[in-house]
Amino acid sequence: MGIAIKMPALSPTMEEGTLAKWLVKEGDEVRSGDILAEIETDKATMEFEAVDEGKIGKIMIAEGTEGVKVGTVIAEMAGEGGEEAAPAPKAEAKEAPKADAASEAPKKAESGTSKLASDVKASVQDPAIPEGTEFVKTTVREALRDAMAEEMRADERVFVIGEEVAEYQGAYKVTQGLLDEFGAKRVIDTPITEYGFAGIGTGAAMGGLRPVVEFMTFNFAMQAIDHIINSAAKTNYMSGGQMRCPIVFRGPNGAASRVGAQHSQNYGPWYAAVPGLIVIAPYDAADAKGLLKAAIRSQDPVVFLENELLYGRSFDVPKIDDYVLPIGKARIMRPGSDVTLVSYSIGVGLALEAAETLAAEGIDAEVIDLRTLRPLDTATVLESLKKTNRLVVVEEGWPTCSIASEIAAVVMEQGFDDLDAPVLRVANEDVPLPYAANLEKAALIDSARVVAAAKKVCYK
Amino acid sequence: MAKPTTPRPSRATAKAAAPAAGADHNRPRPETPTDYKASKEELLEFYRQMVLIRRFEEKAGQLYGLGLIGGFCHLYIGQEAVAVGIQSALKPGKDSVITGYRDHGHMLAYGIDPNVIMAELTGREAGISRGKGGSMHMFSVEHKFYGGHGIVGAQVSLGAGLGFAHKYNGDGGVCVAYFGDGAANQGQVYESFNMAELWKLPIIFVIENNQYAMGTSVNRSSAEDQLYRRGESFRIPGIQVNGMDVLAVRGATEEALKWVQGGNGPILLEMKTYRYRGHSMSDPAKYRSREEVQAMRDKSDPIEGVKAYLSAQGVGEDELKKIDQDIRKIVSEAADFAETSPEPEMAELYTDVLVEQY
Repeated sequence: MGIAIKMPALSPTMEEGTLAKWLVKEGDEVRSGDILAEIETDKATMEFEAVDEGKIGKIMIAEGTEGVKVGTVIAEMAGEGGEEAAPAPKAEAKEAPKADAASEAPKKAESGTSKLASDVKASVQDPAIPEGTEFVKTTVREALRDAMAEEMRADERVFVIGEEVAEYQGAYKVTQGLLDEFGAKRVIDTPITEYGFAGIGTGAAMGGLRPVVEFMTFNFAMQAIDHIINSAAKTNYMSGGQMRCPIVFRGPNGAASRVGAQHSQNYGPWYAAVPGLIVIAPYDAADAKGLLKAAIRSQDPVVFLENELLYGRSFDVPKIDDYVLPIGKARIMRPGSDVTLVSYSIGVGLALEAAETLAAEGIDAEVIDLRTLRPLDTATVLESLKKTNRLVVVEEGWPTCSIASEIAAVVMEQGFDDLDAPVLRVANEDVPLPYAANLEKAALIDSARVVAAAKKVCYK
Repeated sequence: MAKPTTPRPSRATAKAAAPAAGADHNRPRPETPTDYKASKEELLEFYRQMVLIRRFEEKAGQLYGLGLIGGFCHLYIGQEAVAVGIQSALKPGKDSVITGYRDHGHMLAYGIDPNVIMAELTGREAGISRGKGGSMHMFSVEHKFYGGHGIVGAQVSLGAGLGFAHKYNGDGGVCVAYFGDGAANQGQVYESFNMAELWKLPIIFVIENNQYAMGTSVNRSSAEDQLYRRGESFRIPGIQVNGMDVLAVRGATEEALKWVQGGNGPILLEMKTYRYRGHSMSDPAKYRSREEVQAMRDKSDPIEGVKAYLSAQGVGEDELKKIDQDIRKIVSEAADFAETSPEPEMAELYTDVLVEQY
């Protein structure tokens, strides 16, 4: 048998891709470094190189095939050595190609984030959407892009600035197509200089523009946090309401897959601690769109926390002209009567998943998506507690001084008489996120932990 | 080895940065500026504004001593020629200005009412920030004065953003971003230099080099202590200016405006100046000798300098006395206003945190 050429993983989060084009055909001689195919991930089209020399035998997956799982054999090559080997992709393959069951190749180390990446949908429609509305299946990534494009069409003052937002089409492809439509004046690539461009964006907002500042991830925004907090959040107050700062700081937040401690943290609680900021962290695509549009229109500075693991997930987005959601309103994602699960961002998927498991065991959980972390919609949480008398907060982030801690305090202060059990926090372990797959898995939350906590507060 | 800490004010005419060895000599550079030729009326106005700033600041110092002004209070005494010379060249309502926390002088030079500035210093409802900003955080969007920023160097990036807005809107305005010799060592200053030149933003970076970053002299803190050269590696030309001479300041600003308005991108002006008082009111200023301060007062005082120019134009002490008296009255009224105005209503505690209701 020759060498099996397998679908490579071309990014930390890639699970499948499209085999866009074969650049070789059966019978071709290839040498190491020759480009075999173009593969489209959810982020980019990548070239896939041969590692070994030999003749292309059979091509198993035709070009144009979508949804080819990582590790699937896409072709066979008659190699010189005859030994089986997997070709390495040209760029950024941070994981070994996933092996199929029959292969002897090393087993793909499963990231702890795989269990985070739930895309369970809300069981009830957002009451803000009128009955009979048509829905379009949209990824979170596209929803965010659509929100920016719509606001840019509506308001000349809106522009997007950040690293790789223009010509590269976005490091995570969120700004794809914006440069083509709006040109280089309004879609601006910066040098790698977070502190500087956050300051320039903030100054431009003070000068009357409506900047959308993209951080490649919020980990890098720590270099710029001074402008977010000291310059953007406080100016309106310090100027006695004279000087506004209508700006959106957005980008992916929270754990990504196997990228280690410096690239994996949730800044929700950090920013939510600061008066003068609005902090939004949506879960599904409809909320991503409706809330980003609201954020861009707001006269206040907004920190808009996205999640890389959700970018590629598809949800139904209502086909409504100008779909804008209110800031500061939580949403009941699933009504229930026995226990309230409160979460935001990627944690909402886990809470919904846990609710399904709990339902099978006779526990009817209500799931609340906070959507906005500041101002916090405590009324919706307290209202739910009145009904269920039990509450668990689910948060992909550290437990100490978290949103979960805040909810627990609010519930204790304002809903004490409604509690039949202590509020429990399901949060990540209180450690920097480790790289090793097994440790990463242990450090991050999962739906099983949510189920266990919910049962505990129900004394079951 | 420490370099001598004696300041080196350049009394000589401004010098433009010579291109570094190996630099592209073909690159266009601004002309070496000449001192501004002021009319008698203009000189009188410069005098009036500079005396206003000095008397205002002296009064602020007094009120601080009486406990009427709290916190940090950074006085501008000695540096008056910089703000007055630069502001006089700008177009009100078109050009924008941003500075750090030593901001009272710039606001006065911009024609902002001394009463509302002083009332802000005393933390009163009538203050320009309703008493919620204080000495370091004052703004007047109406005058395109964008603060008043307490974090050293932050105003440089923010200023680049204002310059960005001018360019984006195509309004023909220029931003002037003032910062000190201390801020000149902050990393974000260079991040901003890079983008400002890359995008040819209409901005004049002004380093008010008063020789001391709090207690640390330029020589002890700066590997390149000729700060006008600090933009060279970003291709931003720099000019060193005698910041104690209002005509030299105005002349250099004219040249800088010409450069920026010509679409050449940013320019850097290093104003060699000196503050007579401590860094803030709580600074005992033990890092320099009394003799050094006295020598600057005796030889380089910017107000005495204008007096000499006026005298050469035949303006006598009598005419200046009249101005002095007017200024004393304005300042004393501002102090009264600031002392007698009520403190903010308790409800102000919760207003202006956010603009909108959510």
